[in-house]
Amino acid sequence: MYQYDTYDQAIVDARVEEFRDQVRRRLSGEMTEDQFKPLRLMNGLYLQLHAYMLRVAIPYGTLDSRQMHLLGHIARKYDRGYGHFTTRQNIQYNWIKLEECADLLAELAQVEMHAIQTSGNCIRNISSDQYAGAAADEVADPRPWAELLRQWSTFHPEFSYLPRKFKIAVIASPEDRAAMRLHDIGIELVKQDGVLGGRVFVGGGMGRTPMTAPEINPFVRAEDLLSYVEACLRVYNRYGRRDNIYKARIKILVHEIGADEYRRQVTQEFAHVKTLGIDPPLAEFDRISAFFAPPAFETVSDDIDRSDPDFAVWLDQNVKPHKQAGYAIVNISLKPIGGIPGDASADQIDVMADLAKQYSFDELRVTHAQNIVLPHVAKRDLYAVWQRLNVAELADANLDLISDIIACPGLDYCSLANARSIPVAQKIATRFADMERQRDLGELKLKISGCINACGHHHAGHIGILGVDRKGVENYQLTFGGSGAEDVSIGKIIGPGFSEDGVVDAVEKATEVYKSLREGDERFLDTYRRVGLEPFKEAIYG
Amino acid sequence: MKILTGNDLASGAVTWWTGQGWSIHVEDAADVGEQGEAILHAEEGARRVNAPYIIDAIATPEGPRPAHIKDRVRALGPTVRPDLTLKPADPTAGEWVI
Repeated sequence: MYQYDTYDQAIVDARVEEFRDQVRRRLSGEMTEDQFKPLRLMNGLYLQLHAYMLRVAIPYGTLDSRQMHLLGHIARKYDRGYGHFTTRQNIQYNWIKLEECADLLAELAQVEMHAIQTSGNCIRNISSDQYAGAAADEVADPRPWAELLRQWSTFHPEFSYLPRKFKIAVIASPEDRAAMRLHDIGIELVKQDGVLGGRVFVGGGMGRTPMTAPEINPFVRAEDLLSYVEACLRVYNRYGRRDNIYKARIKILVHEIGADEYRRQVTQEFAHVKTLGIDPPLAEFDRISAFFAPPAFETVSDDIDRSDPDFAVWLDQNVKPHKQAGYAIVNISLKPIGGIPGDASADQIDVMADLAKQYSFDELRVTHAQNIVLPHVAKRDLYAVWQRLNVAELADANLDLISDIIACPGLDYCSLANARSIPVAQKIATRFADMERQRDLGELKLKISGCINACGHHHAGHIGILGVDRKGVENYQLTFGGSGAEDVSIGKIIGPGFSEDGVVDAVEKATEVYKSLREGDERFLDTYRRVGLEPFKEAIYG
Repeated sequence: MKILTGNDLASGAVTWWTGQGWSIHVEDAADVGEQGEAILHAEEGARRVNAPYIIDAIATPEGPRPAHIKDRVRALGPTVRPDLTLKPADPTAGEWVI
């Protein structure tokens, strides 16, 4: 894992003290809320329905046990005993007091964490593949590139006041586990003739105008990647609309001028940027990469005792192949049946930190699907890990099944929301509580947003649910056919909306149609794409 | 009726204008009639509340209830965590919210 150098630590420490003074001035009345609001947002502090909410950055979703323990400590000391892992691989706390926030940030800084770039019109926390460094199908570890982008983007003077927020994802596998093409910039590291480079996609995103990012460059050499991204940002910063918040994201710019014209301008800008010496010298990149060197794997057996049937089910559903023989990737579901997607208690956070320390070379990952990963677990230890997870109520074997629901906080917490998301997720998960039924349905990604901003990624759900406000009453629209994976697509609204209970019934009917029509190993998404909407619509609306 | 709400500046807690000050209980909210804007202006200046605004409410025997669902959720707490609401010991406390 990357470790701060003195420069990293100094700027984070200085930022904490700067914010401490800003809070003091706000509380004393020297600053109005209008003056203070942009400053608190630059430090990840929002005002939500019930209290201040602090969003803490977890760069590319990677953290160690010391950091994870501190997240649990913050949940206990400054919040109400829990945290919420988000679709941006971050964590947020819902009950923060302004007067305590600087102390909280000072504690975070002691473990090389902060809340910078989790709000505002800047380059947000870089996201990546939660299996980075462990996936058998990756061409390189994407994390050094994500870290390089993190360092480049932190307090970048030119990109701190962009037309709108800006999200970048870096992956290195053909299987997209990070919804890469639904980011403002998505980079897929690839190799051409043994040379490392990046496929660069620009202009994806969800929100009220969902778009998948077109490919802007099929291969940018690795040593040019940072300059190329800088050029992409510069063109956006110059021409992105600042007059209309709903048309300010880069996806609108790329869509309006067209991918070809955007590409032409980026190419032109890149020729200039490349003369500025932005790309790091090889030695610096090697220094960063060294932090992500593979851990000291042992030669261990691939054998696993599957005699415990509950363990075997979890093994088949939540444990994924590792590139190192004798090791596996463990997915910890934060989606208990009837629970709140992405929430974890302070005690659970501590359990996951302890397991990472003992069994996963001190590493954890947060996934955009709001789960946690132990990336490097020896197969001989899997049963012990599962037993500990089971005791902590963290052993739900539902990864990628219908109850592994992404849901935004919705109207239960969020000031932007129009409808509640969490109760819908709870009711659907409860309706499908029978695990055999879930496994029979297979991979089915269901995603719920409580407003058009789409933090719950409903556009990318095989089944998506969007909560809207109909004259003060919650109403839920269904979309089918979305995907955030390598077969990326945007879901389509199927028809009129439903009540909270009605949408649960509609989802159940859709699964029945799927079961009656599926062929072979087809997933729900595959069947939908083959047969189209009509059979589903007929069953749901009759 | 019209009532005023905001969040306490220091703690962020949801608060309601009572006529003399701010309470965390919506039942204490006072009908401000046409005086809402003037009170908001004065209270923002006094730095006791953050981002206050005027909402429609309905008078009930139990006290004012916000007209819109968002403010009803604010008034009690998250519907999915009864233990974190203002009345964690009362399982029926949220029946009027949704």
